Amino acid sequence: MLEIKGLSVSVAGKEILKDFSLSVAAGEVHAIMGPNGSGKSTLSYVLAGREGYDITAGSVLYRGQDLFALEPEMRAREGLFLAFQYPVEIPGVGSATFLKTAVNAIRKHRGEKEYDAMEFLKVMREKRDALGISEEMMRRTLNVGFSGGEKKRNEILQMALLEPYLAVLDETDSGLDIDALKVAADGINALRSPERAMIVITHYQRLLEYVVPDYVHVLADGRVVRSGGKELALELEEKGYSGFTGNAEAAA
Amino acid sequence: MATNTETARTVEALSEQRYKYGFVTDIEADSAPPGLNEEIVRFISAKKGEPEWLLDWRLRAYHRWMETAEDTPSWAHLDYPEIDYQASSYYSAPLRDEDRPKSLDEIDPELLKTYEKLGIPLQEQEMLSGVAVDAVFDSVSVATTFKSKLAELGVIFCSLSEAVAEHPELVQKYLGSVVPYADNYFATLNSAVFTDGSFVYIPKGVRCPMELSTYFRINAANTGQFERTLIIADEGSYVSYLEGCTAPMRDENQLHAAVVELVAFDDAEIKYSTVQNWYPGDENGKGGIFNFVTKRGACRGRNSKISWTQVETGSAITWKYPSCLLLGDGSSGEFYSIAITNNCQQADTGTKMIHVGKNTKSRIVSKGVSAGRANQTYRGLVRVQGKADNARNHTQCDSLLIGEQCGAHTVPYIESRNASAQLEHEATTSKISEDQLFYCRQRGIAEEEAVALIVNGFCREVLQELPMEFAVEAQKLVAISLEGSVG
Amino acid sequence: MGAVSPQAARPSRSIELPYAAQFAAAREELPGHDLSWVTSERDAAIARFSELGLPSQRVEDWKYSNLTPLAKTDFTAPDRKAAEAARAEVAERFPKESAAGRLVFINGMLDGPLSALEELPAGVRVLGLADAMADEGDLLKSQLEAVPALNGHALAALNAAFMADGCLIILEPDTELALELLFVAAPDVGAVAYHPRISIAAGAGSTLALGEQHTALGELEYWSNPVTAISLGETAQMRHYKLQEESRRAWQTALTKTRIAAGAAYENFVVATGGRYARNEIKVVLEGAGASCELGGGFLLAGEQHVDNRLRVDHAAPDGTSRQTYKGVLDERAHGVFQGKTVVHRGAQKSDGNQLSRALLLSPNAIMDAKPELEIYADDVKCSHGATVGELDGEQMFYLRARGIDEASARSLLIAAFMDEHLQSVADQAAREWLQGAVSRWLAQHLSVGEA
Repeated sequence: MLEIKGLSVSVAGKEILKDFSLSVAAGEVHAIMGPNGSGKSTLSYVLAGREGYDITAGSVLYRGQDLFALEPEMRAREGLFLAFQYPVEIPGVGSATFLKTAVNAIRKHRGEKEYDAMEFLKVMREKRDALGISEEMMRRTLNVGFSGGEKKRNEILQMALLEPYLAVLDETDSGLDIDALKVAADGINALRSPERAMIVITHYQRLLEYVVPDYVHVLADGRVVRSGGKELALELEEKGYSGFTGNAEAAA
Repeated sequence: MATNTETARTVEALSEQRYKYGFVTDIEADSAPPGLNEEIVRFISAKKGEPEWLLDWRLRAYHRWMETAEDTPSWAHLDYPEIDYQASSYYSAPLRDEDRPKSLDEIDPELLKTYEKLGIPLQEQEMLSGVAVDAVFDSVSVATTFKSKLAELGVIFCSLSEAVAEHPELVQKYLGSVVPYADNYFATLNSAVFTDGSFVYIPKGVRCPMELSTYFRINAANTGQFERTLIIADEGSYVSYLEGCTAPMRDENQLHAAVVELVAFDDAEIKYSTVQNWYPGDENGKGGIFNFVTKRGACRGRNSKISWTQVETGSAITWKYPSCLLLGDGSSGEFYSIAITNNCQQADTGTKMIHVGKNTKSRIVSKGVSAGRANQTYRGLVRVQGKADNARNHTQCDSLLIGEQCGAHTVPYIESRNASAQLEHEATTSKISEDQLFYCRQRGIAEEEAVALIVNGFCREVLQELPMEFAVEAQKLVAISLEGSVG
Repeated sequence: MGAVSPQAARPSRSIELPYAAQFAAAREELPGHDLSWVTSERDAAIARFSELGLPSQRVEDWKYSNLTPLAKTDFTAPDRKAAEAARAEVAERFPKESAAGRLVFINGMLDGPLSALEELPAGVRVLGLADAMADEGDLLKSQLEAVPALNGHALAALNAAFMADGCLIILEPDTELALELLFVAAPDVGAVAYHPRISIAAGAGSTLALGEQHTALGELEYWSNPVTAISLGETAQMRHYKLQEESRRAWQTALTKTRIAAGAAYENFVVATGGRYARNEIKVVLEGAGASCELGGGFLLAGEQHVDNRLRVDHAAPDGTSRQTYKGVLDERAHGVFQGKTVVHRGAQKSDGNQLSRALLLSPNAIMDAKPELEIYADDVKCSHGATVGELDGEQMFYLRARGIDEASARSLLIAAFMDEHLQSVADQAAREWLQGAVSRWLAQHLSVGEA
């Protein structure tokens, strides 16, 4: 599914990711944990193709293609989805309108028939009920005036409708209380499937209690300093990041 | 800066797009020789078989025009070459008068095809949408539908020439009563040489059951267009009127100086919506329509209401300020505007809300989008006269700039002569953010489509004011207009 | 028959005036007439004025100002003896109160005995303009060349032709100065006109605090036409506070033009309660990256007073910040004007500009005209403006009265609060209190009388 090899990334001359490698197969859920500034969000943005990041070394193969050769919208249409840590507000654009435009862009790319308004509303209703998203919320302007929980649930709704092969969830747990976290986790778990891979980026172990990963990687100062199973997250919870970052420095 | 490079690149890519509605219809024309003099004014009047009083009015306007210098736009933020008024022809008709068609079947099939290309299949509209269409091709009406249904209600909806012949008392009473012939340079010119336009009268207490609609075209070479529209809503009546236009591609500049007058009596309401998509000129500013329009509504009656909604995407030069004279106590005026300028287009547009009566209200929502090397100015006057107790105005004026070479300007005039008035004006200027574009693209939406989506969102408050069928067309137009433009 | 020429019937845009003749008579007596460059500058200026004329309301910038009554008044040049005769009264009514240096001008002429400058720090020069013309011609010439030019402005041209006195303020880099300027109009044989010129060059990293007061000994008729040209070097800081308490029969047409280099900051706050007609025109050019200006103003007017605030800020470099915030209180037949303009030039990315005009109308006959204008040629900018006009909030009034406060006091309280909120933006505390004093004086004098 995804093969990242020796990836180094700089922002404005400062190296953020250093010789980063990661291999993700279909059906797997990988958690990437790390302290603030370790390069977690940079990874998600680089995968999605945001501007302002200089790739200085390495390669990323996504479903057999050179990911960096694709424009951001092509990556999305090829099934790469990023759940944003900070979903962007777009005044005046209705949430449902936005979603329908996106879904149809992707369906068209896949050679599927585009939904008309009625079909789309039907499909959307099924998905949003599961996430406890009201019809009223979908009529509102995209992310404008949404609470933190509403924004994150809306991201997961988008993921459910766009049916990606690879979902990158960037701190989907941040800013959520425990009830909202459970709703979000249920939504994510419902999308787990043998054809789909996920990269769950998080600062805390909390989300991983609900979305149980197959692998956990600890990111510090732009490198993976430890990889392991789900128990690594618990160890991290106990010891904190300081021990790990210390190791990183010692290793460097 | 990443955004700017990105923007410039997209602008370039999209600028390749050509004006989608650019084509010329070849049709037999019956035109006056170029130039303007008293003889031409008499020719136009005679051609239309007008009564003496109307000829006199035209001649007064003509003499006034000759005495006036083209002075009006000195304050406007517009730059255009001097117009040679003597090079234009002031009259053309698609067919000779005696051959005027009686129904759609008699209409030149080529003309019908033209309408189809514009997305206005007359017959279909007649059957499906229930919209009555008074289509103006060049300067003379060629098709009017649904007349009989409207006639049952006493609604008069016809060409102005027809109204002059059949309802002279109404025309004489109201023509020039809102926009006098001496109002401004372009209105004066229109008064002298106007060829045709629409006339609407809604009788007392009648709620017009359908949207009334007109489509304008400019066609014959060297023909200036001087439409004149007059709408009267009698006590307690309601009418929604739609005006839409698009024009064939050509090189030389074409002058358009229309006048629209609205009169609303007690408790009457007029909703006037415009989609303007005339040829804007090419990406280097060659060609395009010069559009100098005077639109004004008088709320004469108590609690009367006039609402202007405009989507202005075309023309090389736009000079247009649909206004409301709020005379009756409790009357209200609204102005909702989307103006999009791209490439070398220039627009100086806005409104005037003149509060004269007590408890009058006005609301202004203006959304301006400027791209390419275009310049756009919102210019709006809100004046509260001394006796207009408790007048209220709220103005919201937002500009969106796309690219580094365009300009967006905001010039509100807020004049209060009454202490009890509450006037509020807000304005913002912004650009499409890199984050918004990236978010859309991450969801699989191409950049061009993302821009259209974001701009339509920016314009939403105004689009909502348009009648349904117009709103869809307008949204497409917003996207098309920016296809030559964005990032 | 050709196309109508646009010029053919265009009406006159100016009011014709006989100032050229007055200038010819005074030319050989004005200070500095023995310096050939001064005289030739003056000749050029009067020629420019003759060409421009007094602006009429057809000129968009002067749309809300009718100068015809000004043009019809016969003004004379001030007499030095009359000014000197007023010295004792000026000293008594306007004692020097702060430690800052002070220059006192009576009818536009520097009064040596009342002025106090002895404690100037090193690297700082302050000179009277007439003195500079007599003793420091070269310095004056280089100074006038260093500050912004004033071409194209009719009243600035008139000032350039007739300027007889004023001052030069020069700060070497990294120096500091606090200074007060007091302009007092005193009785003369007739209505006098004076054209003070203040020229300020503040070097890189310097700090200047300037307080100006414009006032009169009684309800005199006169015309003050001051021009202030300011140049701020990189990272220089200037606080410029002005109290305009001219006589209610006076004309004041003040122009301030400020050029701001990279990283420098200019703060200006004007409180105006005086003048029959007062024009407060401020033009600022943010020339260097990261330059900023804050223009604040409060005007309180009654009777037939007319105050025309005309502000223009040009963002000519990236990362500039500008604020224009004016509040007005208008009673009786007073007429307030706010014309603010923010221009963001091509390339001035990341500019941040804001304008706000708010006015309170206390009487049915008061008039407020606001024209907050944006002209923007760069896409990555944050610009906004707002304007409100209205009367005192009826609910607030009712609330206060329900608590037993009488109507006049309630009005006074709410107006004071309206202005006070605004004055909080004045950075310097002493200056803020000084400006607040003028607001309190107006409220005390005006509302107690006007309320009856």
